[in-house]
Amino acid sequence: MSAFDGLPGDWELVVGLEVHVELATVTKLFSASPNRFGDEPNTNIDPVTLGLPGALPVLNRQAVELAMRIGLALNCTVQPCTFHRKNYFYPDMPKAYQISQYDQPLNVDGFLALPDGTRIGIERAHMEEDTGKSTHFGGAGGRIHGSDYSLIDFNRAGVPLVEIVSRPDIRSAEQARQYVTELRAILLAVGASDAKMEEGSMRVDANVSVHKPGTEFGTRCEIKNVNSVRSIGRAIEYEARRQIDLLEGGDKVRQETRHWDEGDGRTHTLRSKEDADDYRYFLEPDLVPVAPSAEWIAEVRAALPMLPAARRARLAEAAGVAADSEAAMVVVDRGQDDYVLAVGDAGGDIGRALVHVKEAWADSPSVPAADLAKLTTMEVAGKLTATQAKTVVAELIDNDGGDAEAIAKAKGFEAMAADSLGPLVDQAIAENGDAWAKFCAGEGKAMGALVGAVMKLSQGKADGKAVTALLNSRRA
Amino acid sequence: MSERISVEIVTKVARLARLDLTPEEIDRTTAQLSGMLEHFADIDALQLDDVEPMAQPYPLDNVFRDDVIVDGLDRDEVLAAAPAAEDGRFRVPPIIGLDV
Amino acid sequence: MSDALEIAAAVRAGSLKAADVVEQHLAAIDGREPEIHAFNLVMVEQARERAAAIDAMVAAGNDPGPLAGVPVALKDNMCTRGVPTTCSSKILDGWKPPYDATIVTKLADAGAVVIGKTNLDEFAMGSSTENSAFGPTRNPHDTSRVPGGSSGGSAAAVAAGFASIGLGSDTGGSIRQPAALCGVVGVKPTYGYVSRYGLIAFASSLDQIGPLTNTVADSALMLDVIGGHDPMDSTSIPVAHPSLLDAIGEGVEGMRVGRITDLPEGADPDVLERTELAFDALRDAGAKIVDVEVPAFTFGLTAYYLIAPAEASSNLARYDGVRYGLRVEAPDTNAMYGVTRAAGFGDEVKRRVMLGTYALSAGYYDAYYGKALKVRRLIHDEFERAYQHADVLLTPASPSVAFPFGAKGDNPLAMYLCDVYTIPANLSGHPGMSVPFGTGADGLPVGVQVLAGTLCEPQMFRAAAALERAAR
Repeated sequence: MSAFDGLPGDWELVVGLEVHVELATVTKLFSASPNRFGDEPNTNIDPVTLGLPGALPVLNRQAVELAMRIGLALNCTVQPCTFHRKNYFYPDMPKAYQISQYDQPLNVDGFLALPDGTRIGIERAHMEEDTGKSTHFGGAGGRIHGSDYSLIDFNRAGVPLVEIVSRPDIRSAEQARQYVTELRAILLAVGASDAKMEEGSMRVDANVSVHKPGTEFGTRCEIKNVNSVRSIGRAIEYEARRQIDLLEGGDKVRQETRHWDEGDGRTHTLRSKEDADDYRYFLEPDLVPVAPSAEWIAEVRAALPMLPAARRARLAEAAGVAADSEAAMVVVDRGQDDYVLAVGDAGGDIGRALVHVKEAWADSPSVPAADLAKLTTMEVAGKLTATQAKTVVAELIDNDGGDAEAIAKAKGFEAMAADSLGPLVDQAIAENGDAWAKFCAGEGKAMGALVGAVMKLSQGKADGKAVTALLNSRRA
Repeated sequence: MSERISVEIVTKVARLARLDLTPEEIDRTTAQLSGMLEHFADIDALQLDDVEPMAQPYPLDNVFRDDVIVDGLDRDEVLAAAPAAEDGRFRVPPIIGLDV
Repeated sequence: MSDALEIAAAVRAGSLKAADVVEQHLAAIDGREPEIHAFNLVMVEQARERAAAIDAMVAAGNDPGPLAGVPVALKDNMCTRGVPTTCSSKILDGWKPPYDATIVTKLADAGAVVIGKTNLDEFAMGSSTENSAFGPTRNPHDTSRVPGGSSGGSAAAVAAGFASIGLGSDTGGSIRQPAALCGVVGVKPTYGYVSRYGLIAFASSLDQIGPLTNTVADSALMLDVIGGHDPMDSTSIPVAHPSLLDAIGEGVEGMRVGRITDLPEGADPDVLERTELAFDALRDAGAKIVDVEVPAFTFGLTAYYLIAPAEASSNLARYDGVRYGLRVEAPDTNAMYGVTRAAGFGDEVKRRVMLGTYALSAGYYDAYYGKALKVRRLIHDEFERAYQHADVLLTPASPSVAFPFGAKGDNPLAMYLCDVYTIPANLSGHPGMSVPFGTGADGLPVGVQVLAGTLCEPQMFRAAAALERAAR
């Protein structure tokens, strides 16, 4: 598989993504303070959140449930698991350790299928707690560098996270974008998170390396601060080229963490992995293992809704389009697919319904399915031209529904029957001799003038396709 | 006395633990830890290959809490006990030289 | 009147005023506290207010609870809302918790009167209370000697009559050893018996709260009040415990009392002699003495001094000057951590944090912490086997009677050896208690230790009660 356009030589890109997702629970992971975004600073706090002396964590059952939904939706195995302490100092870390999962995570060995069917392996999806938030003052642009002081808000501390770690199976920036987009759609579908990158409830870090096919994977760098799907692509592409330049210049890629700067479109060194803290992981003594029963896992699995990939496949088959076609992807993403299928159930044509729905509505269609169904039936029966159908749809929307036949009649729309077209076509040929001569000589462009003439003669009631067919047969 | 731990390692450990020790304290700690580790080598005599580690004394699992809000702490009371606070938040000096 | 059972019964019956009980104990404090220094804080006004409230309840015909009017001294590592809780450390000097420990709430609901916060070795690390940042506590039996540690303040408070009951915490012997040195009863229950919510953590998988009392019955009463499942502590045992007070009168006829034949040496002759007499006493009361082996017992010290500091190094990382406690100013946060913690922690705490950090660090985990966890399993399993042949085990509680200040010199290991008999029960999670059994050298108290299996407190208390009767 080749990389995106522009990657020089035969260099191959290798990307793994680590996505942190905030779970949509009411309370935090280990304490009963609200899990809410946007509240006044330090108003969702308790002894556990602040890491006060003597405080102890107690696990939120709903967080485990949502984490299991994510794991099952990503085709993981759900297994008995434990929590570990990851020890390091940072002011937004109230205990100076983060409770996370280490060698026994909840979900392992799954995959996420991209729209074209390519599977990206999921190594694990484990639970951990979020940190507080620090804001920096005195430096340029609110950055740490050159700041005079920082202020810490612990509202976010203790919010439940699931960290989803992919295998390094991604081979292009476009695949990375698709992975994140699809992952987000899955998270929304199962109700595990609102996954808003702009609010920080979904955060993506990319591990990027390059190599030549047939050789070992190269040294990888971790890229942080990527805050939108578009940035993911830009950052990966920049980083790949940066590494290739280094390697082609005879230098080595240093294993490190880099910070993506959206403003200047580059990554910058944040810290070298070699200086990294020793996290001294050990089993969290204040918590006990979690062993979800087979019944609980089965319940969660059974309650999973149809996932986006399955929805696209279902819609695609019914509408006769490809599952990764733009129409199928857009309509499923907007949640309009059930409606399109309902139009089919009401006797309408699903293919036509798909086209109309995609064009007419950004979200919930406002017209009863049966009404749209009638319209599509008229279309495929040849009673309406495509243009006429669009006009009828517009009227249906204006009135939140209606009788397509009545509307068409009121507007005087009737597609002409093909056999009554013949005389009009002959008349147009007779009246447009030059165009006809050119058309017969093989100039396809002359067709347009002839079709236009027929449309005029028919007062717009001729179906363009039928006219074209007739002209072709006259010429033959 | 054998040196079971070196000054270099003790210096590194002190940094990891964020304890500013004086050179004299580093030396003294090195000697004391060395003595302790010498004593603790007694467990090397035990055959432990087939023994499972025991991190928690009483075997429990699946201890959970319902996802229901319980009133927390009053921000004013908490910030009044803070070494430095401003604008409803905890204030700290510049955060540099720390891993994220 | 000093026994909690008697006080509570009389206060509930209205024949004794809680206010009078408090004044009696405050007078004792006035008398000897300046020389003993059992307390970091005597809560004079709060105790008087509380006692008055208890008396008002009784007068109104309501029952204040099973600890009605009983003055209780709390080790200063238990969070009391609005009342300074320091762990005898400069890093928490003056810190007032915004919440109560679960046991504090239970004490209040039972009608107890908290009379003060007692001194301890800093962050509960020590066996003599000499590691307190606020000065040592002195043994009421001989003020040139230590009361033991780390719950030295609570032990001394009970021994000196400053409180009827003390609460302490025991991680490697920190209730049982000071109890032995001060001549009082001290109990570490089964791990998970008493909630740890609000107990400032030293080593999370080893810490337990327990009582120090004048009588075995008072300890049973206190455990009945503070024991039980707590939803705020994930490690608390989710079963209802039978009343210990009901169990202790049952005697030891037919009980199998185990003597550990391979117990580590090092106990002084006077302690060994008293322990032998304790075996005799139980035999005379109808118990059967059996020999058991716990070969790994002697490795408990090493396992403990790798596990406990490791957990402590993590538990004490939160003292970083950001949210509470001491902060020493510095140009940046990283520097602030280093100077704050250097200024705020004493030598023993720093030593254990260093040892623990090292034992967990990359490349050393398997050799130290990892190995220690296996030794722990070995000790636990050997105890379990022993308890198939014995109902309780009997050992000395401390290798010696109370020793003079400074006796352990500069060698931390010498101090660590004080806990050689108490440590294994913390590692295994089994309960243990120290019962005063006569005096040893220089007329100083000797305590013997009764050990039992998981949740076998009833047997343990029965044996202890029999020893108490014999010692009288």
